[in-house]
Order: sequence, then C-alpha cells, then structure tokens
Amino acid sequence: MHRGLSERLWAIAIWAVVLFFVVNLLAMIAAVTVDSFGTRWFNTWLPAGFTGQWYAMVWNEFGLPAILWVTVEVVGAVVLISGLIGVPAAYAMARRNFPGKQAVMLLFLLPLLVPPITYGIPLATVLYRAHLAGTMNGVILANLVPALPFVILVMIPFVEQIDPRVEAAARVFGAGTFRLFVQVLVPLLTPGILAALLLVLVRTIAMFELTFLTAGTDSQTLVVALYYAVFAAGVRPNQSIDAMAVVYMVTTLIWLLIALRFVNPTQIVTRAKQ
Amino acid sequence: MAIVSRDFRELRLDGVCRSFGQMHALTDITLAVGRGEFVALVGPSGCGKSTALNCIAGLLQVSAGRIWLDERRIDDTGPEDRGFGMVFQNYALFPHMSVRRNIAFGLATQHRPKAEITRRVEEALALVRLGAHGDKLPGQLSGGQQQRVAIARAVVVEPPLVLMDEPLSNLDAKLRLEMRAEIRRIHAMLGCSTVYVTHDQEEALSLADRIVVLIDGRMRQVGTPEELYTAPSSRDVAEFMGYRNLVTSRAEPDGNGVAVTVAGARLKGTPFEAVGGEAVVAIRPDDLRPTPGGPILAKVEIAEYHGRDFYAVARGPDGTDLYFRSDERIKAGDEVRLDAAPSRVLVYAA
Amino acid sequence: MRQARPPLRWRLREMGLDGVTLLVVPGVLFVLALFIYPFVYGLVLSFHPKQGGAWANYVTFFSNPYLYNTISTTLGIAIPATLINVVASVPVAMRVRLMKRQRLLTTILVIPITLGTVMVAEGLLTFLGPRGWFNRLLLLSGLVSSPVGLLHNYWGVMLSLVITGFPFTFLLTLSYVTGIDPSLEHAGAMLGARARQRFFRIILPLLAPGLAITLALAFVQAFTVFPSAILVGQPQGTTRVISIAAYQAAFEQYDYSLASAIAMLMALVQVVIIVLLLGGRSLLFRGPASSGKG
Repeated sequence: MHRGLSERLWAIAIWAVVLFFVVNLLAMIAAVTVDSFGTRWFNTWLPAGFTGQWYAMVWNEFGLPAILWVTVEVVGAVVLISGLIGVPAAYAMARRNFPGKQAVMLLFLLPLLVPPITYGIPLATVLYRAHLAGTMNGVILANLVPALPFVILVMIPFVEQIDPRVEAAARVFGAGTFRLFVQVLVPLLTPGILAALLLVLVRTIAMFELTFLTAGTDSQTLVVALYYAVFAAGVRPNQSIDAMAVVYMVTTLIWLLIALRFVNPTQIVTRAKQ
Repeated sequence: MAIVSRDFRELRLDGVCRSFGQMHALTDITLAVGRGEFVALVGPSGCGKSTALNCIAGLLQVSAGRIWLDERRIDDTGPEDRGFGMVFQNYALFPHMSVRRNIAFGLATQHRPKAEITRRVEEALALVRLGAHGDKLPGQLSGGQQQRVAIARAVVVEPPLVLMDEPLSNLDAKLRLEMRAEIRRIHAMLGCSTVYVTHDQEEALSLADRIVVLIDGRMRQVGTPEELYTAPSSRDVAEFMGYRNLVTSRAEPDGNGVAVTVAGARLKGTPFEAVGGEAVVAIRPDDLRPTPGGPILAKVEIAEYHGRDFYAVARGPDGTDLYFRSDERIKAGDEVRLDAAPSRVLVYAA
Repeated sequence: MRQARPPLRWRLREMGLDGVTLLVVPGVLFVLALFIYPFVYGLVLSFHPKQGGAWANYVTFFSNPYLYNTISTTLGIAIPATLINVVASVPVAMRVRLMKRQRLLTTILVIPITLGTVMVAEGLLTFLGPRGWFNRLLLLSGLVSSPVGLLHNYWGVMLSLVITGFPFTFLLTLSYVTGIDPSLEHAGAMLGARARQRFFRIILPLLAPGLAITLALAFVQAFTVFPSAILVGQPQGTTRVISIAAYQAAFEQYDYSLASAIAMLMALVQVVIIVLLLGGRSLLFRGPASSGKG
C-alpha cells in the first residue's frame, strides 16, 4: 500500500531500533570472543596480541573436560528420558479424550509457565531431604521437570497431524500397540521427535537455575560452571572466563543451528496457546 | 437510502499493467466503467481478475498505466483516499465489532456526526434486511448474513464505485442464488457503479451489464452478456463461456460459411476469425441436439438426468467426445444422430 | 429379558480409558512427584518455621526491611522491563510481519534466548565495561566525557532483561500479529482508515488478548530474575531481588522453611499479577481474529 512521509519515518525509526539491538548483540558476542583470544587487553580497541592460551588454561586447569562430560551426561539423560516418557504420553493426550484430560493438560502446562526459580527452591529442598541434591541424579531429575512437559506439548500437534485412519489400518492388519508404535508411528513422528528433542537439548544446556540449585561440585553443567567463573571474577583472569564463555556459546549455538533445520525459531519460544 | 448520486461519470483504466517480479499478472488493461454500470470481470483461475480489482482499489500499485476517476488520476493515491466500497470474498467483517459498528466504520472514519451515522446505518441495515441483527457479532451470523453486512458496510458510505471480489464463492449453491438476487436488487435500488469479479460465468451473465473476459492477464473480450454467450471472439473465450465441445478440424470455405469435420461428419459452421486450413470448432452442448437424419453418428457413453432434460456425452466413430443435451430420454449405449445449426457452430483459427 | 451390560473394558474405552491412556501415567506421576509435591511440601514447610508459630516466617519477612523491600525492588525492575519488552515488540512485529525473509532476523533474535542470562551477563560485562567497545565508541563520538556506568547497577540488570526478554515477547507478538487476517486491514483501508486508525481500531483490539498473555509470561520471567541481578547488578543493594533473598535463606542460612516461605510469596505475587492480566483479558474479545468463513 502507499505510504506517506510520516509512515516512512516511523518505519525507519523502528528499523533503526532493531538494527541497534542486533548490532549491539553481535558486538557483545564479538567482544567476548575477541577477548578470549587476546593476550593483554587494557586500553585499546583490540588486544595486544592473540593467543590460545586461555583455552588451554580452561581445558587443563579449570576442569573443563570433566564439566563437559557432566553436561553431556545430564543433557543426554534428560533428552532420552523426556523422549521415552513424553512421546507416548503425547500420543495418549492427542488420541484419547478421557475424563480429567483438561486437568492433566494443565498439569503439563504448569512447569512450563512457572519460572524455574519459583519451583526450583522447593524442589531443591525436597531433593535435599531425599539425599539426591548435589548428585548427578538430582540434577537430571530437576532438569526433567520442565523438559518432560515441553516434549509432550511440542509433540501433541505432531501426533494430531497423523491421520488416525493410518493407525486404524495398521490395527486392522493385526498390529498390537507396541508394533504400531515402533513400525508405524515412530517413523511418521520422527521429524517431530527430532524437533522436540533438539529443542529440549538446547534448553537444558542453557538451563541455569535448576542445575544451580541442585548441583554439587562435581555435578555442575557448563552454564553453572560459567556462572561461578563469572561470579568469582577477581580470582581468574578475565580472558579465561571469556574463553569458557565462548566454549559454552559455541556448544549452545551449534545445537541451536541444528535444531533450526527442523523447527522455526518461533517454536522455541511459543508454547501451546489457549 | 438516497440513490447514489455523485458527480461521477466514469472510472477509466488506461494501459494498466501489474507484474510480480518476472511474472506479468496484468498486461495492458484498458477499460471504462460508466455511471451506474455493472461490469463483471471474469476468467479462469489465475487470469488476473482479482489483481485488476486490487489495482482499482489501491491495495496493489500498478506497475504501469494509469487509472482515472473522471479527470482525477488516482493510481498514485492510497486506498484510504479513493473512496470506493469493497466487498471481500471472506467478508472481512471486524470480528470484535457488532454489525452496527461494522457498518458504521467507514462513516466513523469520516468523523460524521453521530446522529447521521445512526440514521444511515439503520437505512443500510434495512436495505440488506438485517434490521433485527444489528447488535450481533459477525461470529453469530450465517455466511449469507455476513455477506449482507459486508455489502451494507461498503455501500453505506455512498461510494462512486463498489468493488466486489468473488463475494459469493464461499456460499453454498442455494444461498448463492438468493444472494445473487439480493445483489441485483440492491444495485437496482442504489444505482452505484459496480466492478464484480467472479470465476462463475453464469453469475456474470445474470448480473452484469457488460462482461470483461480476462485470460492470462490480458483482456480478451468485452461485451454484453448476450454477445459473450452467443458470439465469443476467440477459442479461449469460447471455452471459458461454456462451449464445451472444442474440436480441431480442417476448414474449407463453403458458401458464406465454412465446412468442418466433427466426429467424422461434415458440418457447416460460422467463422469468427480468418480460417484457412486448421481450425477449432466450438459448439455449446445446448446447441448440439439429437436430430433424426443428423450428420453426426455417435454412441452415448454417459447420460445424466437433469429433470427437464438429459445432459449426455457421446463418442463419435473417431473417438471424439461430444457433449450435448436431449429432451428425449436416452441412456448409455444408445446410438444418436446429432446436428447443430450453422450459426451455432463457431469456427476459430487453430 | 434383561439386556447384558457391555463389558467393563468396552465401557471404559468409550470413556476414553484404555491401554493407550495409561501411557500418560508415567508423565503424570512424574509431574505430580517433582512439581506439585515440592510445591505442597514447600507450602507446608513454610508454616513450620525454625522457631515461632506457624506464620513466623511470613512475619519475619514482612518485618525485616532487608527482606520485604525485595518485593518492591523486584517489581521496580520487572514492571518496567516487561512494559518495555512488550510495548516495543508491537511496532517491531507489525513491521516484520510484512517482511518476506523473516527467518534471518528471527534466528538472530533467538540467540540471546538460547544463550541464556548467564552468558548475556558475561557479554555485558565485557562489552559495557569502562574500557569496553561500547564506552570507547561513546567517548570517541564525544557524546559523553567519561565512561557510562551500566554495570553492577540497576541498568545492567535492565539491559540483561531487555536483551533476553525482548526477543521472547517479539516472537510471541509476531505470532499473534500474523494470526490476524490481512483482509481486515484491507477492509479498513478501503473504508478510509489510515495506518494509525487501522492499528488502534482494528488490530490492537484483536491483539489485546494475546498481548495480555505475553505480558503475563514476560512479567513472570522478569520477576524471577536471578543470575543477572547478581552478576551485572548490585545484589546487596539496588538489585536485591526476591529470588536472591530466597536463595540466601536456603543456601546461606540453611533455613529451608524461610526459603520456602519466600518462594511461596514469589509465587503469590506472580499469581496476583497473572490473575489481574488474564482477568482483564476475559473482558476483551477473545474469538478468532479472522472474519468468519474464508
């Protein structure tokens, strides 16, 4: 449609704001990256020289390998368990209308709507009483609380997309539920499952509060270790903290990019809207 | 409601073109719509009729050409300033406003006095016979009622021109006939010029003063409904206007007509273009009739009972399928002899 | 002759209960055990303080300024941040929905959400420091004469909330805005309404219910701000938010009862605001933002 002058100015203003946001965001990321490779950086635009020593330091002295391994274990377990429990649960929610279904839906929605710190503290208390706090299992359980409902809510629309008559045909030909699942449903649901699990993976890597509240010294994930490093900023050289930050960033963004092959950026954010 | 009387004489499109990248949706559209005229834009899907309407409305900018409203050039003004009324295919009623507020919207934008708005809205409601539904929300109305609200909303501002974009295609068949009559009635009462887009040639024939046939973005023929029905100017227009029998044939001059071969039989036809050699013969199913002793011999494949007559498909000895109508009872397997009057056998260049 | 009743299994299946429905059970049990139960446990625990009567924790909270001020501090951060994020998202979403290639922009905007608040905090610390690029540029351009202090104060936390919050509200608002039928705007234009009128009379009313949800979700995120308040804020002073108070009660004072009480208060404030927002939403039109059939 035709645009008047004032509308054009408004459009320019908005794009200017967006550009400002994006440029500063990218500059922020660049600053961290550049710093992590710098020798000394005090009062100049760029560091005096470039080096990889901080990465070596993070790897050798800060226990990065162990932390990475913990992260892999936690995230892997969360993805696996939330998938194994969540996909069948989503199938049941999509295909059956049972009394109390609304309540169950609300039950699955709540952990996604309530921010982690609000339920994290009571959860940590309970895990502490159960002697699970500070252990890997405790961390995994805590991270499952938002992950499992997320898988369910993401998978339900995918299941609903499959024509129920396909399943009816399989049953007519004698398939029991297990066979139906493995040979018919899972192949059809694979894109959805991949999408959901990749998103859970990305979210769990970045999930700070829950792990922070439940982890012990040897069950910290990367993001929690990063927090401690930043928190104790005076103790460690700044560049090494930035090196750790870059490792974290690369880990997260790689999985984000992979996830974006299968999903729209909006789906990372939007949940089931009423 | 006052009959629309603006000092409007004509809307003129002058060489209007519209392209989307490399795709030319409209080429060289030149047309004048006079006061009170009902013009239908028709054509097969994708022919550009909706694009043309949107250009007139101002919702799309023209790539080339001009649009004039009397002496004023309007192709560079926005839709807000053209003052036309528009009725959309999906009604586009504001779902959060009542029927009254929907209809009043155009008047409210003009900041008319409240009393005037109320009066004119009531008149519009009466015009479309929805007086009892004024306070309902669009979601509470049926499809036909929603479309009538859309019409009321478009005409209440007394526009010089009303644009309608396939307004009836979302309605079921019976409702469509009812609404067609409504549109005719309202047009007769108000007398506003209307440009009406439809893919249904029957609708166009029944409503329009003049019909414009668009194919692939170009104007192929402009004429009265009767002209288009009985004398389409080219094969493509004939096909669109329901000449279902389209047969290639050799054409030889024969007296003041041409002789063609249809399904192995020799027929006399009327040339519409310069023909010599290869030609296309177009015959309406209603004009092709079982005639004792007729030249075409064919075997009935399918016969459909339509109450007053039969609609049938028969296959000639050379495999050509012919569509025709029969008053007499026929069934699949019957042998028929078909004939058509020379004036109703239209011959075009291949 | 009495008609045989259908077998129980059949009747249950008619109600939607069969083997397949049981697949929901593990998930339900899990959420009950690890979400509902801790909440209930925490609620009960909050009424069993280390010393004093049942309400002692809550009394302690509201009689100690160091504690009860956290509510106003947190609201003082969360409400402006939420308003900025949601209000800014509307004009941007209105523009972006007209774009043909949105994917690049939405991908870039998803990055801060994915990275999370800790990473963003470290980024801010490096970028906004007195000798960081941001201040360098400001000094160079002559706009300021000394470095701007945006860290370890209220502004650092605000910036962190905007960087992680705006993309979230933007993507939500974008999805709501694209759900509005474009022909409604066309109809408005044909009836003489200019862009501003179309926005306020047609689009905004249809957007309002979705915006209420966005406000609720954004507020909840901002209100529970935690690592940023510590890393780029002033956790002992101007940005001592309520989540810090809860954390300290649990992990520094080992007073789980008080911590639970504070967590319950956090939840209460959130519920009050959400009820207000969603209550307002139900007063608005909530039907489909398209125009009927078609």
